[in-house]
Amino acid sequence: MDSFLERCTQSVLEGEEEQAEDLARQALDLGYPPLAVIEDGFIRGIRKVGELWEEGTVFLPELVMAAGAMKKAMAVLLPALGAGVQSPAQGHLVIGTIEGDIHDIGKTLVATMLEANGFRVTDLGADVPVGRFVDEAEACGADGIAISALLTTTMSGQRRVVEELKKRALRPRFKVLVGGAPCSQEWAEQIGADGYAGDAVAAVALARRLICAG
Amino acid sequence: MPPNMNPHITWFAPETRHQIVEEAQRILEEVGVFVENEEALELLTGAGCRIEASERRVRIPASLVEKAVASAPQRILLYGRHGEAVMDLGGDRIHFNPGSAALRIYDAQEKRARTPISADLVRFIKLVDALPHYAAQSTGLISGDVPPEVGDRYRLYLALLYSNKPVVTGTFRIDGFRPMAEMLAAVAGGPQELRAKPNAIFDCCPSPPLKWSELTAQALIDCARSGIVAELISMPLTGATSPVTLAGAIVQHCAESLSGVVIHQLACPGAPIIIGGSPACFDMRKGTTPMGAIETMMIDGGYAEIGKHLGLPTQAYMALSDAKTVDYQAGMESAMGALVAALSGINNISGPGMLDFESCQSLEKLVLDHEACGSALRLARGIELREDPILPLALMQQGIKRSFLPLAHTKRWFRQEAYFPDEVIDRSTLEEWRKLGGKDATQRASQRVEQILSGQQAEPLDPPLAEALREIMEAEARRFGMEKLPDLP
Ligand code: B12
Repeated sequence: MDSFLERCTQSVLEGEEEQAEDLARQALDLGYPPLAVIEDGFIRGIRKVGELWEEGTVFLPELVMAAGAMKKAMAVLLPALGAGVQSPAQGHLVIGTIEGDIHDIGKTLVATMLEANGFRVTDLGADVPVGRFVDEAEACGADGIAISALLTTTMSGQRRVVEELKKRALRPRFKVLVGGAPCSQEWAEQIGADGYAGDAVAAVALARRLICAG
Repeated sequence: MPPNMNPHITWFAPETRHQIVEEAQRILEEVGVFVENEEALELLTGAGCRIEASERRVRIPASLVEKAVASAPQRILLYGRHGEAVMDLGGDRIHFNPGSAALRIYDAQEKRARTPISADLVRFIKLVDALPHYAAQSTGLISGDVPPEVGDRYRLYLALLYSNKPVVTGTFRIDGFRPMAEMLAAVAGGPQELRAKPNAIFDCCPSPPLKWSELTAQALIDCARSGIVAELISMPLTGATSPVTLAGAIVQHCAESLSGVVIHQLACPGAPIIIGGSPACFDMRKGTTPMGAIETMMIDGGYAEIGKHLGLPTQAYMALSDAKTVDYQAGMESAMGALVAALSGINNISGPGMLDFESCQSLEKLVLDHEACGSALRLARGIELREDPILPLALMQQGIKRSFLPLAHTKRWFRQEAYFPDEVIDRSTLEEWRKLGGKDATQRASQRVEQILSGQQAEPLDPPLAEALREIMEAEARRFGMEKLPDLP
């Protein structure tokens, strides 16, 4: 493998933000096609980090730092892709914690990992009203809506987002992903969401399955 | 007589305790706390706190903190249904109660966690009522057969119906406070009586780092005004919502707690408040919040020492586990927590019964943890010096002549010296154990649960009082679309 691309992969693996950004710039200066640098360089790094995390050898701060490096590199490379070139962005998701709920640690982790894995993510924060999920998803032309809920009193809001989508005849346009401590696969099925995941790495796999394959 | 000593862990040198409080005060002065709640903001600015117009970060001067700490009571009594004091919080006096607000119950028959319903809550409450080392009820389960919006008040309703013990609980929504306070006042005999003899503790959680949400700031203010005991649950998660060092997390805990004491005492000086918490040594491999991690327990012990240094009653979420079934891990983590808590002299120890990061309760574990609590309570009493000399020569002479078994001295002390565990703890011979069916601890606990639940129960609440509570609860359920409350056993 090209040792330059290898260094790009490495910079993400090591979570070196500045280095990743630098390498992205150099890549453009050297005339590498941006898409190849993303796919054969940086994305390899973040995939590898995800695997190592699942194996238990990479720890959370390393995962988050790798995501940070990935983000810096993408910020340089994405604009250079130019019109017409199919963006490697795997899709666009809006994400937030449902209204009445301020638990946002898990949601933010999921957003970070999605972004690091090449998704565009619009993070609406915590305590997000049902209608706003739909408004924002429509406004930014997202592919999916990811909703976090940590309380039994707020998880019904996830159902209301699905209902709101139906009411506005938008249900087929968006994949709905749910997660958080009280949720489960059964819950996702019960409310007519498209999927559930139990942690941030599984959330990325779920988004890939629902959005990239769909 | 030589003095009795109680075993005790010391976490910090005296000068370090001072330093931690001073650093926390500086954080409040220079960084400030973010306050979402209008009323809390008004109280703080009214007392002279600075607030940057652009943000809602309130800078709290040290003088205000000191005044608030001084006005908060050092000792809090909690009362049972008949107005008898059953918890005496302060000093190194320890009390246990189960972990609160589980989303699931572990079903030992089906060997899986599932959503609890009213009947499960009733069994849980009756069991806690019957187990003497639990000083209080906690509203330990959320019922899946009522609208989720009334989950907080419904669990309190059932606890008041089926138990004599005071209740450790809290609101999930702002509108939960009024009906919950009404029910508690009804049982106490009126709002004045509730203030004079509080029968409940409400958890109020600041959001780490350094933030008071609308809901939790309101709960703090409402508690102060009604006399319901407020319990501050600051939860630094190391490396995620707080510094990664244990000591740094304790400084942040102190700052958040002090800001809570200030808001609370401004709302009503002298109202009862507890310095508690639910920190976790955030697991960097899994992104979870392990309650059974030894470092989590160390943070708990450390902040409790600071709470004591401030002279306030303390609480911690300890004696619980992250295991998913009632297994070795469940026992190990819960018992270690019970011991560390007891040795740290934490006044209100919440946790028994709990599995899976505060999300799953188990009746079997509740019965087993009860033994860990019994042992911890025994440990806290220490090695008592019964006489002087400790071993009189005459006793030694008698002992070498015959065995100690028939001696009056033995008869006099054996019941006080030893804690006699329930039969769920196996101390039989191999032969006897086999004869009893060769059951493991969890199987024995399952049996014990059924035995206790079919035995003597707390007397029912006075019918007119039960009716009054039902009316309050039914009105709440109706607001959220439920006409009739679930049938109760
Ligand atoms: C930390 C915490 C808090 C913090 C939150 C800080 C913050 N900024 O987020 C604070 C102190 C603010 C807090 C407040 C309260 N809390 Co709280 N809290 C917790 C705790 C201990 C850990 C949650 C956490 O952050 N975990 C770590 C993260 C990384 O994990 P996670 O959130 O589960 O996310 C992962 C997965 O679930 C998944 N995921 C998450 N979201 C999504 C979304 C999608 C689309 C997908 C695919 C995946 C996914 O991926 C994430 C990463 O791996 C839980 C206990 C628990 N078992 O969850 C209680 C818990 C959730 N809280 C509880 C309660 C009761 C409260 C309060 C009501 C307490 C009170 N009376 O004041 C308030 C509620 C305030 C409100 N209105 O929201 C209860 C809920 C009970 C219930 N009936 O629902 C719990 C279960 C604890 C308990 N047993 O009491 N809490």
